[in-house]
Amino acid sequence: MSFKIEKRQELDLRMFYLTPVLAVVLTVITGFLLFMFMGYDPFLGIYYFFISPLLTGYSLAELGLKASPLILIAVGLAIGFRANVWNIGAEGQLTMGAVAGGGLALALIDVDAFWVLPLMCIAGTLGGMAYAAIPAFLKARWDVNEILTSLMLTYVATLFLSTLVFGPWKDPMGFNFPQSEMFGESATLPIVLQGTRLHLGVIVALLVAVTGWVLMTRAIIGFQIRVVGQAPAAAAFAGFSRKRMIWLSLLTSGGLAGLAGLFEVAGPIGQLIPSISPGYGFTAIIVAFLGRLHPIGIIGAGLIMALSYIGGENAQVEAGMPQAVTGVFQGLLLFFLLASDFLARYRIRREIAVASTTAREEALAR
Amino acid sequence: MSETTAATASRLELRNVSKRFPGVLANDSVDLNVTPGEIHALLGENGAGKSTLVKIIYGVLHADEGEILWEGSPVTVADPHAARNLGIGMVFQHFSLFEAMTVLENIALGVEKVSDMKALAERVIEVSHAYGLPLDPDREVHTLSVGERQRIEIVRCLLQNPRLLIMDEPTSVLTPQEVERLFETLRQLSVEGVSILYISHKLDEIKLLCDRATILRGGKVVDSCDPKQETAKSMAAMMIGAEVRALSRRQGSASQRVRLEVQGLNLDADHAFGVSLRDVTFSVREGEIFGIAGVAGNGQNELFQALTGERIVHIAQEIVVDDVPAGRMGVAQRRRLGMCSVPEERNGHAAVPEMSLTENFILSGYRRMKLLANGFIRKEAAEEIARRVIKEFNVKTASVGAMAGSLSGGNLQKYIVGREILQDPGVLIISQPTWGVDAGAAAAIHQALFALAENGAAIVVISQDLDELLTLSDHLAVINLGTLSPGMATADASISEIGLLMGGLHGMTVHRPNGGNTDVI
Repeated sequence: MSFKIEKRQELDLRMFYLTPVLAVVLTVITGFLLFMFMGYDPFLGIYYFFISPLLTGYSLAELGLKASPLILIAVGLAIGFRANVWNIGAEGQLTMGAVAGGGLALALIDVDAFWVLPLMCIAGTLGGMAYAAIPAFLKARWDVNEILTSLMLTYVATLFLSTLVFGPWKDPMGFNFPQSEMFGESATLPIVLQGTRLHLGVIVALLVAVTGWVLMTRAIIGFQIRVVGQAPAAAAFAGFSRKRMIWLSLLTSGGLAGLAGLFEVAGPIGQLIPSISPGYGFTAIIVAFLGRLHPIGIIGAGLIMALSYIGGENAQVEAGMPQAVTGVFQGLLLFFLLASDFLARYRIRREIAVASTTAREEALAR
Repeated sequence: MSETTAATASRLELRNVSKRFPGVLANDSVDLNVTPGEIHALLGENGAGKSTLVKIIYGVLHADEGEILWEGSPVTVADPHAARNLGIGMVFQHFSLFEAMTVLENIALGVEKVSDMKALAERVIEVSHAYGLPLDPDREVHTLSVGERQRIEIVRCLLQNPRLLIMDEPTSVLTPQEVERLFETLRQLSVEGVSILYISHKLDEIKLLCDRATILRGGKVVDSCDPKQETAKSMAAMMIGAEVRALSRRQGSASQRVRLEVQGLNLDADHAFGVSLRDVTFSVREGEIFGIAGVAGNGQNELFQALTGERIVHIAQEIVVDDVPAGRMGVAQRRRLGMCSVPEERNGHAAVPEMSLTENFILSGYRRMKLLANGFIRKEAAEEIARRVIKEFNVKTASVGAMAGSLSGGNLQKYIVGREILQDPGVLIISQPTWGVDAGAAAAIHQALFALAENGAAIVVISQDLDELLTLSDHLAVINLGTLSPGMATADASISEIGLLMGGLHGMTVHRPNGGNTDVI
């Protein structure tokens, strides 16, 4: 007896949109069981994790605050994923965007002018782009795997940031803490909801998502990206350059990640510190897939993943759960999403073992 | 086929075999009877159900209904392993060989139990010589011609002493000389009592080789006949179900204006088993159809890529379109010059299977048909022109929103050819225009190409189907190992001459010093 995986004859389009919902439901159920086995009150755990963050205005604003970098980055990543370009290093590009934009803020710390913040945004975007240009160049020129290069460069970026804030950029008045000076007023993002930390970035994130949606569905460039991803040979036939798509998708996702990094340091943090992101660049990968690589889906997925951050903090504070609970929930969600996607496409059948030659011939005979 | 009298015990008998796929009845109560030593043709158009039927016999698929009788007793063929144990061997249309391994290693992989490689090598030599299929067990497969590769598959079957050999379209990749040699082998096997089930749609071959033919149409057995008593035309009528529509042959081109000039084209292979193009020279005039014949894998793909701009050549002057040097141009620029193309592979190359017909029009047509406004797609305009293709080229589909991959091969090919023709190309490069397409669609495509040429386009047809080239082209040349023979007027060409050119250096290993490639197919 053995198990055999075979492709389903017809792909149900409803399943494509249903699996993210299914994954969320399965994550909640598993979370419930997990809380139970860990000796917590499972109902209370679920309440703290998933419900109470949605009950106050302040925590809803926090949800938007955490969702916006996720959405910003995921929209960029989704473009690349559609073109089969796998930028895994958004976290590094985010860091470099923060370094570039934050560095500018430090250099202009005494300047009080309206143009400081826009200039920082441009610098942040360019910083992320420049950092993503490294894997783009290596892939376009020598076909080096961008998954490896972009991922490894992430660690270089975070160490580079540490080097700066432990060294030359350390605040001389900062009691030797590894952090820069606080940015000036004109280098800080305006708050859009008084009494909360919700800043302009959330509006930019929504605008980027809508723009991404329009470009991907209506513009020729979105069409070209989809063709390159779905059928590379057809793209060559139509004269869509694969190299151009590599550059385009890595620069777009890198730029947006850089902007998200700048928003973090010019927003809630207000200075450069060694760790500026709780892994937004990696979580955004889950957001992109949970949102079906669709910019509007990504907005919803971004909010769900933001909930996992806030719910995790809440569960730590209110129920004394370990910090790892956030990562566990994010991992569970990704696992269930991938598993239900797989089962929507394939089914597993039990059958009597056959000789390996048979399977080979069967495959060839198709 | 109901007269199964007990006079000759049949080797294989099918009774009422049916096989259903979602939406299609691929085999509908098929009866078939193959006697010992008989060469039995299974004749039918693409999609008639031939392949499904033999896959059922060979145990790859299982029938929904009906019985299989092997030498008189009912059997269930669970899988190919069981089929081989019964004494059924099959040579597939597409070979299953590992290029980088030797002949012997490949054979050993297909044989059930190998204890002694040396003994196996001796048997391979013995069997291959006994049947006129000489093979060197130590040669690596990538150095062999297609004909020699097929021999490996046949020898692999013969080692199991089969009593029924199924051959699926075996001659589609062979030169006329190789076909001849194969037929001798098959006749010898038949004399020894081996039954052969021969699948083909090439009527002349069936007439030459087979003792009996069963004709399938739409999954049903519609007729059976003695091919030697029939004409190719009468069998075609049985196969298609109507008289074959004759093509209206047009006058050859009288124009002297050259629209495509290829001069000393060189292009290195871009992968280990590719073919380098060497000094390819030809020209195509206004209103002319130029055919390029050759056995698959002799540089046709590379030539297609070089001509269309999917790969850019080194010197601009090597390819000249309407007096403009185009060798350094990419696909988009060449399209702007009026050069359109249809690649061999429909799904994934000429079309994106998961995209709609409208989107597949946009794929190659948005530039010439001006379907963009400020970088955005004009959806209505694109849908309208996709609808025009469907109407003018008689594509059977529910709507322009249908996925390209959901269309049958013939319908999709009509759509793709129509897409390029509606763009009014000055030069059209088309590869395997009717490969795997039913006769009706093939005739429609041929007619469309004639009409395009009459309007002054220059057309290059790359095809392995010699009959097609003889029908279509005014001039033709043969590609072999990346070099192109001088062009000849189709009217003056002889089949045997073309066959010899196609065979070229066939059967010999050629180690090319340039680039260190060993490219022989």
